Amino acid sequence: MSRSYLPHWIHWLGSPPNFYRFAGALRPWLMAAALVSAAVGLYGGLVLAPPDYQQGDAYRIIFIHVPSAWMSLFIYATMAVAGLIALVWRVKLAEVVAMECAPTGAAFTFITLATGSLWGKPMWGTWWTWDARLTSELVLLFLYLGVIGLYNAFEDRRRGARAASLLALVGIVNLPIVHYSVQWWNTLHQGTTVDLFGKSSIAPLMLWPLLMMALATHLYFFASILGRARTGLLSLESGKQWVRALVGGQPPQTTEAPT
Amino acid sequence: MASTAQSIVDGTTAVTRAEHAGAFGACRALLRRDFVLAWRRRGELFLPLLYAVIVAALFPFALGPDPVLLARIAGGVLLVIVVLAMLPALESMFRTDLEDGTLEQWLLAPQPLALLALTRVIAHWLTTVLPLIVVMPLLGVLLNLPMKVLPVLVMALLLATPLLVLLGSVLSALTAGARRSGILMALMLLPLAVPVVIFAAGAIAAAQSGMPFIAPLTWLAAALILAIVLAPLACAAALRIAVES
Repeated sequence: MSRSYLPHWIHWLGSPPNFYRFAGALRPWLMAAALVSAAVGLYGGLVLAPPDYQQGDAYRIIFIHVPSAWMSLFIYATMAVAGLIALVWRVKLAEVVAMECAPTGAAFTFITLATGSLWGKPMWGTWWTWDARLTSELVLLFLYLGVIGLYNAFEDRRRGARAASLLALVGIVNLPIVHYSVQWWNTLHQGTTVDLFGKSSIAPLMLWPLLMMALATHLYFFASILGRARTGLLSLESGKQWVRALVGGQPPQTTEAPT
Repeated sequence: MASTAQSIVDGTTAVTRAEHAGAFGACRALLRRDFVLAWRRRGELFLPLLYAVIVAALFPFALGPDPVLLARIAGGVLLVIVVLAMLPALESMFRTDLEDGTLEQWLLAPQPLALLALTRVIAHWLTTVLPLIVVMPLLGVLLNLPMKVLPVLVMALLLATPLLVLLGSVLSALTAGARRSGILMALMLLPLAVPVVIFAAGAIAAAQSGMPFIAPLTWLAAALILAIVLAPLACAAALRIAVES
């Protein structure tokens, strides 16, 4: 017997019924916190923050655009880490979390592209340009769609999850390469203006709503992933005793339920 | 049999030595088998070529026969044609092997799975992609690409296509166990192919405008070396997922 180096609660949480209850208890709180911080962030961004000296009020789409862009990368990283855990340790929960990340991440990536396009029309005079950052974001969307497509191409969902997790890992190696190669190729997008560890070149009155919105999107993502993982686990484990007991449709059977 | 008995007697070093000797033999046998199979179905090998010729011939019809315009777009068009012509063959790289149980024997073999996967990549490139590269200069002439650019076109393709086959082998192994997945392969390969296309097209465009074209080619070569090391490992992991049920 090899000794476990993980604290006991991680093993406890990895068990589907325990995770189901834990996520169910945590999710409403996270969702409420997300809504509150989004309300505060939007009020700060749309009402309190001053108009930009160059872009006027048009810049305010930044409070949706930039947090979504951060989330599109953050969720991909989360998906890849969960995918790695799923591949190496064969944790069923990690497979479910990795696969449920993909649609949310694709949605945030799409929001980033759509709001960027809306912002680009008045500022750059065009809906779309083959700029480095836009192109990398588009490639990121394709990577998400590839993961979703591969996952759904398998009859066996666990095999599909493992294959798609490997694709997510290949993608995370590829993403920086795409980023730097398209940068070398063409760039128009403005540089980074928010730096958590250095001096930001954005006014504080604009910065705090932006960070608040980033907090809100993170909280929303955690709440949504807990909910999605719950339903994912339910359908994956639909033959198991604990799900039958939970649904309460049939009396618990004495024999082992078919999986 | 004799070598197996010998290795058991000699202990672990003998076992590893016997396996290494066997690894080379296994790769040779695998290459031989793939070449024989490709030769038996040699009619199929012409289909990508035919596809490439037809698509290249469609461009002048669609854009008009202006030689200056054709010369301007020829490099990029040929590159895209190569990528698209490679797709159908890439998708079925491991499928028949999975269906007839060959992959299970690969997994059971004492040789490293990654080495067998790399051998398959080499065989695939030689049989399905190399003929495409041979035809490309002809299509370049058809599209009015200047003569001095043709060697750079071939060089860029010689570096870019093995890279694409290596990336494609990982994806092909991933989809081997899935349902039919034609468009899925394209969806997964295109994001991975973006840097390859950028650098290969960059080299061709630089050569066309008389600028130094070595830098993008060396980038391609560096990426190819990296992929030769890493892609077979990822491919082996994907094959394991495809075989286990």
